[in-house]
Amino acid sequence: MSVTPFPTRSAVAGLLMRNHIWVFLALTIVVFSSTSPYFLTFNNLGNVLTQAAFIGILAIGMTMVMINGEIDLSVGAILALASALAIGLQDHIGIWPAVFVGFLSGAALGFLNGTLVALSGMHSFIVTLGGLIGIRGLVFIYTGENALMVSDFSYTDYPEIYLGPISLTAMIFLGLAVLFQWILSSTRHGRETYAVGDNIEAAHDAGINIKRHKVINFTICGALAAVAGILLSMRLGTAEPNAGKVWELWTIIAVVLGGTRLKGGYGSMWMTIGGVLTLAVLRNGLRLLNTPNYVELMVMGSVLILALVIDKLLSQREA
Amino acid sequence: MQTDLKAFLRRHGLLTGFGVFLIGVALSADGFVTPGNIFDVLRQVSITGVMAIGVTFVVITGRLDLSVGSMLTLLTVVAVDQHNVAGPGMAIALTLAAGIGIGMVNGVLVGFVGLNALIVTLAMLSFLQGLVLFYSGGSNVNVQNAQTTWFAVFGRRDLFGVPVPVLIFLMTAIAAAFLLNRTIFGRQVFAVGGNETAARFSGIAARWTVFWAYVLSGLTTAIAAIIMGSRVMGAQNTIGQGYELTVLAGVILGGTSLLGGSGSIWRTVLGITMLGFIQNGLLLLGYPYYVQWLVTWAVIILAVWVDLGAKRGRILA
Repeated sequence: MSVTPFPTRSAVAGLLMRNHIWVFLALTIVVFSSTSPYFLTFNNLGNVLTQAAFIGILAIGMTMVMINGEIDLSVGAILALASALAIGLQDHIGIWPAVFVGFLSGAALGFLNGTLVALSGMHSFIVTLGGLIGIRGLVFIYTGENALMVSDFSYTDYPEIYLGPISLTAMIFLGLAVLFQWILSSTRHGRETYAVGDNIEAAHDAGINIKRHKVINFTICGALAAVAGILLSMRLGTAEPNAGKVWELWTIIAVVLGGTRLKGGYGSMWMTIGGVLTLAVLRNGLRLLNTPNYVELMVMGSVLILALVIDKLLSQREA
Repeated sequence: MQTDLKAFLRRHGLLTGFGVFLIGVALSADGFVTPGNIFDVLRQVSITGVMAIGVTFVVITGRLDLSVGSMLTLLTVVAVDQHNVAGPGMAIALTLAAGIGIGMVNGVLVGFVGLNALIVTLAMLSFLQGLVLFYSGGSNVNVQNAQTTWFAVFGRRDLFGVPVPVLIFLMTAIAAAFLLNRTIFGRQVFAVGGNETAARFSGIAARWTVFWAYVLSGLTTAIAAIIMGSRVMGAQNTIGQGYELTVLAGVILGGTSLLGGSGSIWRTVLGITMLGFIQNGLLLLGYPYYVQWLVTWAVIILAVWVDLGAKRGRILA
């Protein structure tokens, strides 16, 4: 955990450099406000927040796992499974039980990922890559390759609660972010998550139960992926077997963009919110400018590499 | 004897699991063990196989290359499009050059700038997908004189009764195995993956080693793109989507460690070939194509379980 202030710089400069994602977010907002008249409106910003919420909820779980020094590639597939179960089962067992089963499936698969990683010591990249492939297979088997549709469309009304321009989905995202930031900074689990990610040997020697924290964080990540899937199914009213495909990549991009380090031991939910919002603002702004799809993809790639370079420079300066 | 068996399972758990499964499929599926079917599978495998060979170098240095799927798409589009514009010879040269060029960019960012390989190649995946749409304008490209061009050699013809793509796959594997096992560069690849600090202190230019590994990955992807273009005689904008995961799964199944420092070309060839046969066997048994994904997952979990004994008592790696 590098919280060392920059000795040669003023406190403000140091704060800005550690939170470079928010500076960057502010810059993108300024740029897009001046280029499109539709950008800086309450409606549009509310939309951006709702669109950001799905990747955002995935990113919260991913942040927990990454601070712990691991990675979870299976979140996109878990999202698809939870959304398929929530819609597919509601004709048989009712809406809320179906939603609950969807949620449980995510938590259970996250628990499975975590257990496999913790028990074997295998790289989480391999374990969750297997999960990414296999869980998508489960989704295809369950849905039979077809999109499932709700029969009772009142289901899609649940998330239609607004606080000004902010949708319920966005509120859930922000609420979860605050909750997990609190867990990270003010609970023993959070503290030990940092410790394990920072130096696993030292954490082990200090008597921290490494496996327990890994399993908990993977379970959180899976459960949150299911939450995102359920919210998505409510928003769309359908569950597509290919839903959430490559979202794990967008999620990782958002988290890394925010400044959480892949090596573990460093990061926070504030950074992740910054990364998620920056990603969403970039996409939205580029679309409002009517740029073709490929520009978006290329800008994303470049921005990500830029973020890495900045991160590299910052960590060198701190060292 | 029993301990020998345990040790063998521990070392080759994944391959053994898949091998047993394959024997089961061979016994129960009609038409699985026929020369025609075997060559069909090998023809399909040669594309991912050639890519996996280059990626193996990257993985042995302890890095990853997730950009190969998008790269395959881009290079196939380039090969097919340039075939129409500049002729087959020029198209092949340009494709190879583009592959090497992209590999160099990856290599500079990971090797010299020292950025995280996973994220850099992830960014590249997105960037190259954008480049594909930019280049093709969103439409599919097709070879115009598909029936008459000699470009068809790479994907569609046989030589001495063996499909040419399979021969290319084999030759690439032989060349790569030589490079990895019999040259200084190969030893440096292992050294950098095994212990990068030690390698640097022993005077190995680790940055260059990583750089060249990515160049090889770009080169093999270009070869795969030529086979793909020739086989399909066209290219869609999504033709290589998801290939990075198939390739990686093949490399992992072969037993090359993601931590770097160990692995071999032959194990990759075996891993990716088995993956191809499993896919084919399940289809012949009448299962939908997505059931193979579950099998892959199950085998990985199985391998983790077999791995348990070896790792017991250690803290998490």
